[in-house]
Amino acid sequence: MQILDPTDERRPIERRLAARPARLSGTVALLDISKPRGDVLIDRLAERLRERLPDVELRRYRKPAFSRPAPEDLRREVLRDCGFVIEALAD
Amino acid sequence: MARLPPFELADQSGQQRAFPTGRPALLCFLKEECPTCVLSAPLVRAATEAFGGAVDVWAISQDEDGAQLARSFGLAGPLLADSALRVSYRYGLETVPTVILADGTGEELRRVGGFDRAAWRELFGELARLAGAPEPSFDWDAYPAARPGCGSRSVEPGIAERLAAEAEGSPLRARRIEVGARDDPFEFLFDQSVTDGLPVVPPTPERVLRMLAGTRRDPQSVVAVVPPSMGVATVEKVAINAVMAGCRPEYLPVVIAALEAVCTERFNVHGVLATTHFVGPVLIVNGPIRDRIGMNYRENALGQGNRANATIGRALQLVVRNVGGGRPGEIDRAVLGTPGKLGFCFAEHEARSRWEPLHVERGFRPEDSTVTAFAGCAPTPIVDQFSRSAASLATSYGLSLMAAGHPRQVGYGEVVVVVPPEHVDTIARDGWTKQQLREAIQAATARPARELARDEHCAVGLTPAEVERLGPGTPVPKFRAAEAIHLVVAGGEAGKFAAWIDNWAGGAGSAMTTVKIEE
Repeated sequence: MQILDPTDERRPIERRLAARPARLSGTVALLDISKPRGDVLIDRLAERLRERLPDVELRRYRKPAFSRPAPEDLRREVLRDCGFVIEALAD
Repeated sequence: MARLPPFELADQSGQQRAFPTGRPALLCFLKEECPTCVLSAPLVRAATEAFGGAVDVWAISQDEDGAQLARSFGLAGPLLADSALRVSYRYGLETVPTVILADGTGEELRRVGGFDRAAWRELFGELARLAGAPEPSFDWDAYPAARPGCGSRSVEPGIAERLAAEAEGSPLRARRIEVGARDDPFEFLFDQSVTDGLPVVPPTPERVLRMLAGTRRDPQSVVAVVPPSMGVATVEKVAINAVMAGCRPEYLPVVIAALEAVCTERFNVHGVLATTHFVGPVLIVNGPIRDRIGMNYRENALGQGNRANATIGRALQLVVRNVGGGRPGEIDRAVLGTPGKLGFCFAEHEARSRWEPLHVERGFRPEDSTVTAFAGCAPTPIVDQFSRSAASLATSYGLSLMAAGHPRQVGYGEVVVVVPPEHVDTIARDGWTKQQLREAIQAATARPARELARDEHCAVGLTPAEVERLGPGTPVPKFRAAEAIHLVVAGGEAGKFAAWIDNWAGGAGSAMTTVKIEE
């Protein structure tokens, strides 16, 4: 859908980000979007996170195809089980 | 190569130059803040000097101040102004400089974007052939082989959309925002902070075009400059906010007139918005438009349930919020506010009044439609089911109105009293005019100065010096003049309940303002 800006257009249009907690805790989703070598990057991220934040639980997820949005079930699962998502891709 | 669309632009002396000219032409699009344009300027000048006798060498400026460009670039020939960017857009420019060689019929022969030494050399060769003139000698080695150009102003964000809309003949110029396929448009609009806390209708181009059909005004004409941010409210921007508020197109002229009314020094919407006081704009509609757009002035006239009443006032407040930047907690510093700030608009029940309607009292003709803006608070009831005379009712009104602001506050400014049909009948039986009623209300508010003095029970009231000056026994009325009491008729047939609407902090900062509605 396209809408027209009701303002004086001084501010850029942006999606509002969710509030950022001060520290990482609980469960973190590591989402591989299925681009080649994305898993390499995520493996490395997981390794570093385990070193620095041993109390944080890491869960791995994978989108079936990088070119399509994550399936509804996957998004629900991540939302239900995790407080954070790190989405990583590589090429 | 394609035939270029013809154009006409003014040069630096104001002379209109039309393309094609019948002669070969070299069109050089430039903008001032572009180093590659600066680099190319001597070549444009050299082309003018060498080939100007047979070829029209025109520099075309994308800047507002083309004269400045001519000075800083040392140009010799005509400099045409395309600050509106229409030619740049139609010619599909992406970068400046862009140099286009065309024949006498406007057929494009060659186009160079950015700076390219080899291409310029070829261009000079072709110009020499076309002009039958020798190529000027030129220190080509002093120039780099190539430099990328800068972005043409016609493809800058915001400008490109406007030019596209112009080209397709659309009256819409507002920035277009894509709502993602997975976004809920209602939630998206909340996220953009453009609502009053209630959901708004997504202002799609189709809805805004339909809204614009409600006025004959040019969509790009300016209705008002809206405080506090001094945002420019065009008819289009008002229409967008009217869509969001839920208005029908036929309400738009009322919203436009309301905006004109509040954006005056007299009404002072800046102060009304920024104050810590409760107030917001209260709109009272008079004249034939009330019935044409189906406004409610009968039962529940100040309440919910009628689309026109509910959305016109809301649309005005959305314009103040979105175009004027007046958001609660930011410039809107109200300590409590009032529910009417979501929108407070009603119409007068003119047929049920025995008096002149509000707009006629204020100098308009009965057949005029008007909107009257008043900086007001929530309605306060006056419950009087017992009075059977105008004098008794006036006393009830006066006693109630003493509480306006504070019961000991005097020298008070404008208030609105909404008189219901049953009270109208009671007053009519005694044949009272509005002025008689006003004066009787004013008289009923009067108290000896000593009773209005501050004392050990309450710090508010007249100072001892004021009491002394007035004389302790002198009756002091509430209002600075009886004329400050505005009487408006509205309401259902049954019920002896009137209402008064308080002003902003005594009424010094804003004055009731009436504007004729252009249909």
